Amino acid sequence: MHSDEPRFDDAEWLRPSPRMWKARQTLLAIVAVPITLAVAGVTAAGAGARPAGAVLAVLVVVSGWWWYVLRGRYRAWGYAERGDDLLVRRGLLVRRLSVVPYGRMQLIEVTAGPIDRIFGLATVQLHTASASTDARIPGLAAAEAQRLRDRLAALGESRAAGL
Amino acid sequence: MTTTDDAPTQGLPTEWMRLHPLSPVVRGARLLFALAIVVLPRQFTPGHRSQPWVDIIALFVALAAGIVSWLVTRWRIHNGELQVETGLIRRDSVRVPLTRLQAVDIVRPFAGRVLGLAEVRVVVAGHGSSTARLTYVTDEQATLIRARLLALAHGLAVDTPAPAEAPVLAVSGGRIAASQALGAPAVIVALALAVVVVLAALAPAAATASAVSFGFAVCFVVVSGAVRRASAEWEFRLSAAPDGLRLSAGLLQTRAETIPFGRVQAVRWVQPVLWRMFGWVRLEVDLARRHGRDRASRETAATTRALLPVGSPAEAARLLALVLPGASVTLPPQVLASARAPRRARWRAPFARHFLRAWHDDHYMVCGSGRLRPEFVVVPLQKAQSIRWSQGPVQRWLNLADVFVDSAGVHFPGRARMRDAAEAQQWAGLLPDIARSARGGTPLPASDTGGAVGLA
Repeated sequence: MHSDEPRFDDAEWLRPSPRMWKARQTLLAIVAVPITLAVAGVTAAGAGARPAGAVLAVLVVVSGWWWYVLRGRYRAWGYAERGDDLLVRRGLLVRRLSVVPYGRMQLIEVTAGPIDRIFGLATVQLHTASASTDARIPGLAAAEAQRLRDRLAALGESRAAGL
Repeated sequence: MTTTDDAPTQGLPTEWMRLHPLSPVVRGARLLFALAIVVLPRQFTPGHRSQPWVDIIALFVALAAGIVSWLVTRWRIHNGELQVETGLIRRDSVRVPLTRLQAVDIVRPFAGRVLGLAEVRVVVAGHGSSTARLTYVTDEQATLIRARLLALAHGLAVDTPAPAEAPVLAVSGGRIAASQALGAPAVIVALALAVVVVLAALAPAAATASAVSFGFAVCFVVVSGAVRRASAEWEFRLSAAPDGLRLSAGLLQTRAETIPFGRVQAVRWVQPVLWRMFGWVRLEVDLARRHGRDRASRETAATTRALLPVGSPAEAARLLALVLPGASVTLPPQVLASARAPRRARWRAPFARHFLRAWHDDHYMVCGSGRLRPEFVVVPLQKAQSIRWSQGPVQRWLNLADVFVDSAGVHFPGRARMRDAAEAQQWAGLLPDIARSARGGTPLPASDTGGAVGLA
């Protein structure tokens, strides 16, 4: 954790499932490998081996950098259930932290895209009456997502604060 | 709520009711007017071999559609809900739980004023919820319905008479017009004129001609916007009733709305650059209503936000204290120094830093920004939906961070930008607790003391 980030003594930070990192890497591989090979192949066919090697090197470096960014983002995700509110933190370049009181939650959404489903993951998203509330926790194991949803729904009901 | 059923009706239905029979006329007034402009000259052009049947049939179909739509629309107040049903082929049923009610507006379009009819518009909170509208009922009925709905929304007996109103403030039409003329439009028109003059002196004739026409188009858009706003806020009157503030204004179309106390999500204090000469300020409120897609709710979003369209800082301070007791946008100089963003913030926000400041007490967060047009947003911490902290790469380098207080309002977010990182860290930790203790008080008092009293 960076020193500027707000600290909460009573917060026990939880992280997304390690399977999320696998899912992100898989997605990266699905996108980056064919593009790299295709572009290098076309260059090799058109301009010879040396330019193709240069292009390949550049694309590999870009992919590696992308991999590094994704890893940083994955590591930045965290959430903590405190007594009265949920904390969510994220972001590598722009770091963000949201505090959402349980009583303010209007809707809890659990979604899972196709890649997420292959890895047994789900995203939990919280909505309040404010459109700018930004509390999304991706990459939770399906069971953990269920647990979190049920717990948040129960807490939200017992502490509903209206508008 | 059974009170709805056994209460004396006094002209208010618990049975299904139709709207006023002349409703289609008011609703179609604009359409009829447009049709008349198209049809009449066509009919009376000499030598034009017209087929009057087409026009007559068109008129008849429009009329029949209006009458059918009136026939199939019905409404009632039942079970603590306002229920409106409409539509012949696709039934449309709107139920508004009155406990979620945010405001009740009475709108009188020009044709409605001629015929003595008004529209009752009920605004509720939350995403995906719609505005229920009764178009149209008689003026007396509209006033009665509004009093009833507000009484029900506050959990009072249904036949509570409309409470007395105490006038608070009035702004004359002339002053509204002057303030609009001195707003952004004046600056933009002046800039457009300057560009055209410079071009006329320097550039070839062809370029000048296109610049002139472009400048004219820009001026037209800007001026018509100013005229529309001025006519919407014409003869602005504000009065206080026990349940909320009553606003009424309008030149051709008048609207009267009620802002219930305790439903104000944020207040903005703003001073456009040319207003500084006269010491004018403007005060706007943000309620928990959403941006609508249809024309009616866009109008609502665009025109009903002013609590004080134009006035002196003293008037603004008085009104601010009325809706948010104890809130203020000014600070004593020695406190102000610590509320201002650090000097190094100018690298990240070179213009806005001048008025970039933020402070909070136990009830409110106040955020200022702007250079030419200083604005201050006051957010009651009681209304905070979530609190966010964020830090971008440049901010990290400058040791700064932002803290946001999200309210259910749409227009004015509470943004404490460019705070010292240590302070932002401390605020992000403290504000959730302050907001919680502010919320812990009496939830939403409907008294004239507003939303922030009796707090822990």
